[in-house]
Amino acid sequence: MKLRKSLLVTMILAMGISVTGCSSGSDSGGSSGGSSGGSTSSSGDSSSSSQQASTSSGSVYFLNFKPEIAQVYEEIAKIYEQETGVKVKVVTAASGEYESTLRAEITKSAPPTIFQINGPVGYQSWKDYTLDISGTGLYDTLTDKELAVTDAGGVYGIPYAIEGYGIIYNDAIMQDYFALPSKTSGISSTDEINNFVTLKEVVEDMQANKDELGIQGVFASTSLAEGDQWRWQTHLLNIPLAYEFDENTAYESTILAGLASDTIDFKYADNFKNIFDLYINNSATAPTMLGSKTTNDSMAEFALGRVAMVQNGNWAWGQINDVDGNIVKSDDIKYFPIYTGMAGEENQGLAIGTENYLAINSKASVEDQQLSIDFLEWLFGSTTGKDFVTNELGFIAPFNTFTDAEKPNDPLAKEVLAWMEAGTNSVDWAFASFPSEEYKNQVGGSLLMYAQGQMSWEQVVEMTKSAWADEVALKK
Amino acid sequence: MERALKKYFPIFVLPTLIAFIIAFVVPFLLGVYLSFTEFTTITDARWVGFDNYRRAFATSNFVDALIFTAKFAIVSVVTINVFAFLLALLLTRGFKGSNIFRTIFFMPNLIGGIVLGYIWQLIINGVLARFGVTLTFSATYGFWGLVILMNWQMIGYMMVIYIAGIQNISDSIFEAAMIDGASPIRVIRSITLPLVMPAITISLFLTISNSFKMFDQNLALTAGAPMNQTAMLALDIYNTFYSRVGFEGVGQAKAVMFFLLVACIAIPQLILTRKGEVEN
Repeated sequence: MKLRKSLLVTMILAMGISVTGCSSGSDSGGSSGGSSGGSTSSSGDSSSSSQQASTSSGSVYFLNFKPEIAQVYEEIAKIYEQETGVKVKVVTAASGEYESTLRAEITKSAPPTIFQINGPVGYQSWKDYTLDISGTGLYDTLTDKELAVTDAGGVYGIPYAIEGYGIIYNDAIMQDYFALPSKTSGISSTDEINNFVTLKEVVEDMQANKDELGIQGVFASTSLAEGDQWRWQTHLLNIPLAYEFDENTAYESTILAGLASDTIDFKYADNFKNIFDLYINNSATAPTMLGSKTTNDSMAEFALGRVAMVQNGNWAWGQINDVDGNIVKSDDIKYFPIYTGMAGEENQGLAIGTENYLAINSKASVEDQQLSIDFLEWLFGSTTGKDFVTNELGFIAPFNTFTDAEKPNDPLAKEVLAWMEAGTNSVDWAFASFPSEEYKNQVGGSLLMYAQGQMSWEQVVEMTKSAWADEVALKK
Repeated sequence: MERALKKYFPIFVLPTLIAFIIAFVVPFLLGVYLSFTEFTTITDARWVGFDNYRRAFATSNFVDALIFTAKFAIVSVVTINVFAFLLALLLTRGFKGSNIFRTIFFMPNLIGGIVLGYIWQLIINGVLARFGVTLTFSATYGFWGLVILMNWQMIGYMMVIYIAGIQNISDSIFEAAMIDGASPIRVIRSITLPLVMPAITISLFLTISNSFKMFDQNLALTAGAPMNQTAMLALDIYNTFYSRVGFEGVGQAKAVMFFLLVACIAIPQLILTRKGEVEN
């Protein structure tokens, strides 16, 4: 009898130990590919830092949003540990899986201490987890304090990269076109293209001469595959809606105006149709085939010189540059603003904003929170950190710690800066106020149906308006 | 011996029991609990009662997905079992190379659903490109794409189960039937079918529950395009969870209803087909 009892207790103990062993083991494994660097690097370079590392138990866990620069963060983590002895664990969520990864990771016993929210809407779902960071050096050095995500006097998200999107074009092809004897438009320089009418004239003439120009179409494929519709249902839709929200003078920003809108008029739906029709009718791909095209396909078409223009932002530089057989010279990559036929759009610039906000986990230990803030201040304030940000990560960082010489030199980022300085009116990123992911997906779905000829434009417009009202109502 | 077994039974069963509780019972109960709460992460939940169940029907997505899934399940359960049974009949005839064919037919089952989904997406889009359209053009294309994919993946598995069932039937019964002059069709109807009822039970159960629960293949092949018309229940639950702020609990509520639905279909099916089983 006694034997049985002790056996039972031993078994339970053994089970318990093996179970806890499992759970702590899976933490260091991480849920996605990029986690190894942070956790494995600790053994190699501990000679100088072992003293410090043994006295402080805290560490930084950074959940990275951008898979394309995951390796750079691993590198940064290594350098930072060498300099300060503080271990930085970097885990990168797979593309499109950030929210699910964050949800899973943040409930673990060692949750991310630094994570990312996508603006005021993302803040709503994570506000129980974001720390007020108004007193930090990071916020103090922010060039435009209004960019931060604030709530009732507290600061909960700090933008770390300003981005801009527009119509990227390959200037070499444009120059070929201007020199073409068979061209019928009177335009002979890209400077003359400053509104929708001239853009349309040039694009349609280029499409008519595509064989002479050696391209398959003017615009890269309007990627409407599921999960690849964001360039249209988010970025392009932003243009008419930003104008609409801008007219609501009761709010100081278009995002706030958008958040306060229970319904939208979609006043500039015709402008949206203008540019969307131009994209799908003068493209390398027939409109009915767009449902299988991805953003990668579009960027590859551009990089291989098969098309002259593609709508995207400065983050796409890496994608263009990394395509095998890329023939586009970096000097030839320029931007047009997205012209849609608005009155006075000659002064319109690129759509510039950010949806990348860093937040500190309010439920992490105070020590880890401080270490995380220190890490971010180092990254955006020290010479080594700034060098990484500018040259490796390629961010246009909105902090006054960066001098003019410390601006990124990839062609698209340089173009964004040039447009910002040119005195044009940038279009806000009002899409941060779109009611839900589901809303964007519904609009994307209707755009696909429109491209395939199964929905009329009136139905698309109706859908864009009614889905907005429905989604806002569902949030309440 | 038996007494000793009885005595130590709790100890021997303990490791499995603990694993079962940790891996199944606790997550299941937690899931049911979460369907009555509003939560961002599972450790922070606020009780909201049946609100999530009400909100699950605020949009037509769930019902649409249910109808699509039911259609899909009916078509694929019938086609998979018919084809698998016919293949099993063919491959138990004792042809040369039967084993090679069995292996080949079984192999698709070893490939993951996501991979299969992308492979079939390429194949089907390649064929449809000749007609200037893609899989996203119409929900009908997506529907039949999913049926083909599911058939291709499941037929081999079900075939193996049917082959095992057919091989279990004693040869003397067939011989007796032949001497009595029964036609081949009569043999199948009166001897093979009744005697492989246990295999039919398990095959129907597996195909029904797998058709209802299908997720990977759906996500990779169509991801619901166009406009969620080809989204099945599991994909709809996944989308609910992630595509609206504050809808995690609603997704959870849908998952609980989904579980009840699958259980309500699968358990009566098991009981019904069990009744049809006869002793060999």
